[in-house]
Amino acid sequence: MKPLHIALSALLPLFALFAKANAKTIVVCADCNYCMPGDAVAVAEAGDTILIKPGTYYETNIEVDKALTIIGENFPVIDGQMLDHIITVTADSVSIQGLQVQNVGLSFIEDRAAIRLSKVSHFEIVNNKIFNAFFAIYAANSSYGIIKGNEVHGQAVEEMTSGNAIHAWYCTHLDIEGNEVYGHRDGIYLEFVHKSRIFGNKSHNNLRYGLHFMFSNDDQYYGNTFRNNGAGVAVMFSKRILMHDNLFINNWGRSSYGLLLKEINDAEIFHNIFDTNTLGIFIEGSNRITYRENDFLRNGWAIKMHGGCTDNHFSQNNFLQNTFDMAAEAQGVDNSYDENHWSEYTGYDLDKDGLGDVPFRPVKLFSYLVNQTPESIVLLRSPFVGLLNFSEKASPIFTPTNLMDHTPLMKPFSWDKKIQ
Amino acid sequence: MIEIEQLYKRFGKNEVLKDLSLAFRQKGIISAILGPNGSGKTTLIKSILGMVLPTRGRIRAFGEDIRGRWTYRDKISYLPQIARFPENLRATELFDMVKDLRQRDTRDKALIELFELEEHLQKPLAYLSGGTRQKVNLVLTFMYDNPVYILDEPTAGLDPLSIIRLKQLIHHEKECGKIVLLTTHIMSLVEDIADEVVFLLDGHIHYRGSIPQLKADYQASDVEQAIARLLAGEESPEKAFTLNPS
Amino acid sequence: MNKILKYSLYDLVRSRWMFFYFGFFLLFTLGLFWLSPDISKVAISMMNIILILVPLIATMFGLMYFYNSREFTELLLAQPIPRQHIFLGQYLGVAGSLSLSFLLGMGIPFLFYGLATSSDVGLFLTLLVSGVLLSFIFSGISFYIALKNDNRIRGFGLAILVWLLLAVAYDGFLLLGLAHFSDYPLEKYALGASLFNPIDLSRILILLKLDIAALMGFTGAVFKKFLGSNLGMIVSLIVLLFWVLLPLWSIRRASLRKDF
Ligand SMILES: Nc1ncnc2c1ncn2[C@@H]1O[C@H](COP(=O)(O)OP(=O)(O)OP(=O)(O)O)[C@@H](O)[C@H]1O
Ligand SMILES: [Mg+2]
Repeated sequence: MKPLHIALSALLPLFALFAKANAKTIVVCADCNYCMPGDAVAVAEAGDTILIKPGTYYETNIEVDKALTIIGENFPVIDGQMLDHIITVTADSVSIQGLQVQNVGLSFIEDRAAIRLSKVSHFEIVNNKIFNAFFAIYAANSSYGIIKGNEVHGQAVEEMTSGNAIHAWYCTHLDIEGNEVYGHRDGIYLEFVHKSRIFGNKSHNNLRYGLHFMFSNDDQYYGNTFRNNGAGVAVMFSKRILMHDNLFINNWGRSSYGLLLKEINDAEIFHNIFDTNTLGIFIEGSNRITYRENDFLRNGWAIKMHGGCTDNHFSQNNFLQNTFDMAAEAQGVDNSYDENHWSEYTGYDLDKDGLGDVPFRPVKLFSYLVNQTPESIVLLRSPFVGLLNFSEKASPIFTPTNLMDHTPLMKPFSWDKKIQ
Repeated sequence: MIEIEQLYKRFGKNEVLKDLSLAFRQKGIISAILGPNGSGKTTLIKSILGMVLPTRGRIRAFGEDIRGRWTYRDKISYLPQIARFPENLRATELFDMVKDLRQRDTRDKALIELFELEEHLQKPLAYLSGGTRQKVNLVLTFMYDNPVYILDEPTAGLDPLSIIRLKQLIHHEKECGKIVLLTTHIMSLVEDIADEVVFLLDGHIHYRGSIPQLKADYQASDVEQAIARLLAGEESPEKAFTLNPS
Repeated sequence: MNKILKYSLYDLVRSRWMFFYFGFFLLFTLGLFWLSPDISKVAISMMNIILILVPLIATMFGLMYFYNSREFTELLLAQPIPRQHIFLGQYLGVAGSLSLSFLLGMGIPFLFYGLATSSDVGLFLTLLVSGVLLSFIFSGISFYIALKNDNRIRGFGLAILVWLLLAVAYDGFLLLGLAHFSDYPLEKYALGASLFNPIDLSRILILLKLDIAALMGFTGAVFKKFLGSNLGMIVSLIVLLFWVLLPLWSIRRASLRKDF
């Protein structure tokens, strides 16, 4: 079986061409020959198209085991009635478009999904609506797939009993593009997913993360908006991730970040906007990362650094009106801060080179105090605290002495904003 | 019309009025309340007006207990001892304000004329001379026709001519059957206009009687002498001559 | 009382102090806008002014007015007017004209810079409301102090002490307490202690608009409930109003017992 499978995969382009010649379209509707999508799939042959007419079809466990194109007309509803998987794809080159797949029940034994892809490649899941599913789109051991333009909307209330909107496990070369995902545990979850691109998605109001990387390398995500999630994006135990032109906004809460970096190496983070998050970026044990030309706007903390972080380089970022620009217990090793703009900066520029003549210390004493005694946040911006900060600034005792930007920009650095 | 029963007042430990009973009932009588500095004259007057609250005792005005009341003040004209006013106001504004507050017929025009205040009406009160202010004070007091007038040192700061006019004014009120209470340290004024004397000492009414009575009691030719003799019974007159440090 | 209010307002509006006060706010706010187009920066500077200077000036001005109008008050006391109306009227006059100077001084630049229609309008309204409430609270406190102390020096000394305590020292003690007992759950204490200081309360009211992202970083249930919904805003406003009424009630009480 296995060698055959591999051989078939190799012959796939040829096979598809061949199939096209005899391709037929099977129509599914209440009064058609096939009144259930599953029946149509059963009789179809590789290369066929199945056209599903508007209507509601109560069906589960539809296994697509040949290269079919399934197209919904005006979003026919396939309703799983909270029972089981709805569509499982086990063949390569399957395309599913324009369906409304809904009501997949929760299971503690298996990851039930509305559309599950298992060990396949060259699939397309495009422009579907998936509502109220435990997991919506679940790709395992798959590659070269496109998940695009889907609207996924769950009704998750707590993390324990909810699944992810788009979930990928051991995949490579995925394009996850232009989806809108909300109301799940994670908007997009990637575990052992490599060389993939995630772009133009809107992920919002998810319980945990808008986008979540685990053990994934060489991926990039850009042009996404992460709004109102437990946290915007979490990147954990991953390498060489490119993150740019994303908007992280309104991610509020105790362990809430725009972006969480945990044990990651060699990442580049640029041209992102972090707006009004409790934490802009939370960095833990991460190395060799550059942060340049990002805007940090009105966050509780723009940056919080925790644990051993080495070789983190911040330059040409704009820190505007954050409650705290930075919190860091220690300077860390080989971290640098150069030519950033800090709206809190009160220095001057006598030689008019655009760089302030006195260094800026982004870590305030009060941020240290709040770290020790969180309740003292009620004293935020108190004149008394102002006095404390001032005296600490004059002679640092509690805050890292050498964490400073020696060349703060007098004016915000302007970069080309692709997202709003 | 004004009856004081067992009035006792102390400020902290300082007992000023000690169970004092006193009544002013007779119309057309001018009573001079006399006594040394600090004997409690102003305190007594202010008690009648409800500005000082008695520690004990009862005060009735026009038959009613004054405690917690304020309407009776509409029938009493009061001239305070010290005349100072809001800096930014002008005299006219002050008059207009009081008129506005009380909403009654007034005779301020005649009084302004009497005290020749016209030219000062448009100046801020802060810039008026002491005597001029006292005149403003007097206009404010006399502009209402009331059954009772209470005047605390009305002549303070006034020039002789103004004092004469004031006396005429007070006399006129008396003729109209008003009750007038006044305090003063100028005995000639008492001699000239008062009908009776109430002398406060040590928180008590030391003496009360008509002017002729007073003179008779102390076999004095004038009030000044009578008061001097009255006081002489209290303290040794030589004291006045031991002022120089030895 | 309306008449007393009318006359003290009339008197105050013409006083050069009010004019200075108005001018100060006007120039300060314009200056801030001119120096920095960054709205949050302007808001933070104004917040500091509102939390420190407004209470101080309201206190000093209330005392000054009360002591300076003592004779005038006596004149009024002899008039057929209930006593408490005199003081309440004067108090409202002082608090009202301070608020008016403040509102115009800060409000005109706001309108001028088009903030009334911007998305930050909530923040600026909160600033204005806090400033007005603090003017009322602290002129009330100063009236009470003045009523209780005929000695001006004592009155001024006491007032400065109260101001120092509420504006600066209180937060110091609060912080010390929090740091000392940091092993215990403190959120109720921290919030509760803030309710007892109108300056802290106004500050929190402003923070709810300015730093909500940071405040949301704490999940103590009480914090979350207080800060996360409109509850914080409503409770703060109610307690602030209570803070306005407390001196008012004390003034009434003290005025009914005082000798003049
Ligand atoms: N409000 C007050 N608080 C405390 N003590 C007061 C007050 N008013 C008056 N006293 C005291 O009461 C006493 C009587 O004062 P009062 O003004 O009645 O005297 P007086 O007879 O009017 O004196 P003068 O002839 O100087 O006008 C004085 O010892 C004075 O210090
Ligand atoms: Mg006197």
